Amino acid sequence: MTLGFYPGCSLKGSSREYAESVLTVAKAFDIELEEISDWNCCGATAAHNLNLELSLALPARILSLAEKQGLKEIVVPCAACYSRLTVTKHQLSGNPDLKNEVSEATGLDYEGSVDVLNIIQMLDKYITPNLEGRIVNPFDHKVACYYGCLLVRPHEILKFDREEDPRSMDDLMLKAGATPIDWAFKTECCGAGLSVSRTSSVGRLSGKIIGDARDRGAEAVIVACPMCHSNLDMRRDAINTFLGEKVDIPVLYVTQALGLAAGLDRKALGLHRHFVNVSV
Amino acid sequence: MSSDPHSPVFSVLGGEIMEHTEVKVSHCYQCGKCSAGCPLSTEMDYPPSVIMRMLQRGSPEFEEKVLRSLSIWVCLTCEMCFARCPMSIDIPKMMDFLRAKALKEKKASPKAKEIVAFHKSFLDSIRYTGRLYEIGLFADYKARTLKILDDMALAPKMMKRGKLNIIPELIKDRSGVASIFKKTIKKNNN
Repeated sequence: MTLGFYPGCSLKGSSREYAESVLTVAKAFDIELEEISDWNCCGATAAHNLNLELSLALPARILSLAEKQGLKEIVVPCAACYSRLTVTKHQLSGNPDLKNEVSEATGLDYEGSVDVLNIIQMLDKYITPNLEGRIVNPFDHKVACYYGCLLVRPHEILKFDREEDPRSMDDLMLKAGATPIDWAFKTECCGAGLSVSRTSSVGRLSGKIIGDARDRGAEAVIVACPMCHSNLDMRRDAINTFLGEKVDIPVLYVTQALGLAAGLDRKALGLHRHFVNVSV
Repeated sequence: MSSDPHSPVFSVLGGEIMEHTEVKVSHCYQCGKCSAGCPLSTEMDYPPSVIMRMLQRGSPEFEEKVLRSLSIWVCLTCEMCFARCPMSIDIPKMMDFLRAKALKEKKASPKAKEIVAFHKSFLDSIRYTGRLYEIGLFADYKARTLKILDDMALAPKMMKRGKLNIIPELIKDRSGVASIFKKTIKKNNN
């Protein structure tokens, strides 16, 4: 079967291993991901921090292109892109004036007919039902499933999982043979877009997350967002400075952990690209 | 007096917020859950509940302090305050409005210089290529902030792991994206 695919900018650059693992896992389960043609950046935090209309028009262009391509469902692995696309769809539905205004800015028709799936929703819908007999190499580790902010909040719009104690990724990792731990930082913010402009804040926020995972005996942190991954992995020096010791718990994308459990190739899953060595 | 007892009749900025975002600052009863849950409140000059109170008072002096605050820029829009607010006040949506207004009126806190510069560099990158070009973003950000040496160690490590594209990804319809910027940003003058 074929699903629409919006990789977003991070998955083409600093988080390309996320894209590699999503595509590798999808292929192993006979799902073809069709990229939206000529897609643009969703505008991320920068757009909605500075300009409301821009923050709606950029995602609207993406959704319009997906409609034009005849896609009914698109997978959006980046939690920030998923948030922007879903929020835009929500804002434009039931507001014809705004919809016209945004269509005028993009120069494209917009129906609002495309369903947006985050990575957990895609895995739950199309892959976990077919997991039987596929977990050849159970991910037998204690894992801290870290959801971050944008995958689960605001619930009023996303209507996905619980806002402060979500379970979906824990359930998925359980099926992959892991032991998800109970911990306190599942949805605390990693520092997100302040990574470059206020790195010390990120060291503190991400440091608390890694610190709690360590204190509760996690052997790996599992994520579903490239920004969370960048901060917890690439900013490990700032985290270690905050914690006052070197912590080497690796951070894996949910698709990488699932891929390992399904016996897929480590390199194809992009595990060699991490800053913190993936020892699990 | 409006028939809605919660109507923020005394607050000019509060009224403007309600008009543009439907957020009613008068609904806040100062329980403080937003400030307690906010991961950045310790780095703010005024935590979210104090921002709410200042807006409720509605004096020009307080409104000016809100627009010139660092708080509105260190807010990460993590949505924790909104999730915990017993009155379901969409504080993050209000923060987006306040940031845009502060920028438009040239009141953004000088302490937020780097944060604003990063957002602007980010948007400039996609304005011209359609997608984020990370090397271009870093270069532009460094030019804006003169933070030349920050993160210099990061680039070679990223390069080694294939995490940085030397050449930007250019979309075909760049004029379409440029036109979106022109139509939306011009209107707001920021």
